[in-house]
Amino acid sequence: MTELTDHALHEGQAPTFYLQEEHHPEGSTMLGFWLYLMSDCLIFAVLFATHAVLGRNYAAGPSPADLFDLPLVAVNTSMLLFSSITYGFAMLEMEKANRKATLVWMAVTALFGIAFVGLELYEFAHMIHEGAGPQRSAFLSSFFTLVGTHGIHVTSGIVWMFVLMAQVTKHGLILENKRRLMCLSMFWHFLDVVWIGVFSFVYLMGVLG
Amino acid sequence: MSTHAPSHEDAFEAHHGHSHGHEAGHGTLKSYMTGFVLSVILTAIPFWLVMADVLDSPVLTAVIIMALGAVQIVVHMIFFLHMNTRSEGGWTMMALIFTIVLVAIALSGSIWVMHHLNVNMMSMSPEMMKNMP
Repeated sequence: MTELTDHALHEGQAPTFYLQEEHHPEGSTMLGFWLYLMSDCLIFAVLFATHAVLGRNYAAGPSPADLFDLPLVAVNTSMLLFSSITYGFAMLEMEKANRKATLVWMAVTALFGIAFVGLELYEFAHMIHEGAGPQRSAFLSSFFTLVGTHGIHVTSGIVWMFVLMAQVTKHGLILENKRRLMCLSMFWHFLDVVWIGVFSFVYLMGVLG
Repeated sequence: MSTHAPSHEDAFEAHHGHSHGHEAGHGTLKSYMTGFVLSVILTAIPFWLVMADVLDSPVLTAVIIMALGAVQIVVHMIFFLHMNTRSEGGWTMMALIFTIVLVAIALSGSIWVMHHLNVNMMSMSPEMMKNMP
């Protein structure tokens, strides 16, 4: 730390926040973030297990076939799929050091994410309005917990996206921002992987009965 | 292009002895598009099976849905998350395998235990329910 300050004083400029990370091996951040994603995966596994156990306990209330609007879920799923490919385009533009195109693709990804969360909130509001809220039955409690947790993750991803868009606008595609973009890339694609489980297991298998 | 890029990367890695997180976070336009097209197909089939009520057997439909879901997760892992056995010296793959084992234990264990609990619990008639303390 003192070395850093001395160095900065000699140079006649304030020490920058990134200076200490100079010798930071690039690989370890990605591995650490991957380990975080795996722990997040365990959270979802537990919620899936809960839904597997409680998902048939309707307490004389509505069943998945009564509640789920599959065309809406299909549109929702495509929003998330499109957001995955547009984030991929953002990463490719980042590779080409094309700041403006990266920002545009990030904005498109964020819009798809917002559309996804919006449709999910509409679905939740519609179900609660019909009296099928989380307190109605064990099935609905586990449904709202599992799908809601995924929705909160997507919302966090959108917030993260806007923060990174501000960072890229301000500092450009520097090494640190590239690392952050790669972490968000893993997070975003991971959420898409979890959603595959949700639409297969919760929605489609639920409607099958 | 696709034959050129990996050989260059391999040479780069062989020269430097270790990677700079290169293979962990990057794909090509081709790999992203392949993953996307496969995902669209693998998503459309299960939705079509359920919404158009194609098969008579719900069990067979359920098995197909879960199988296609599993395949699609692998597709996402390879084309979007760029998983391979080399990234981070194989540690991401080790973490993934460890997680899959834990997930399998948590899922199958919960379903198994709770199913037996349900079966072995005395089922109650409405009359018995009324006499509950």
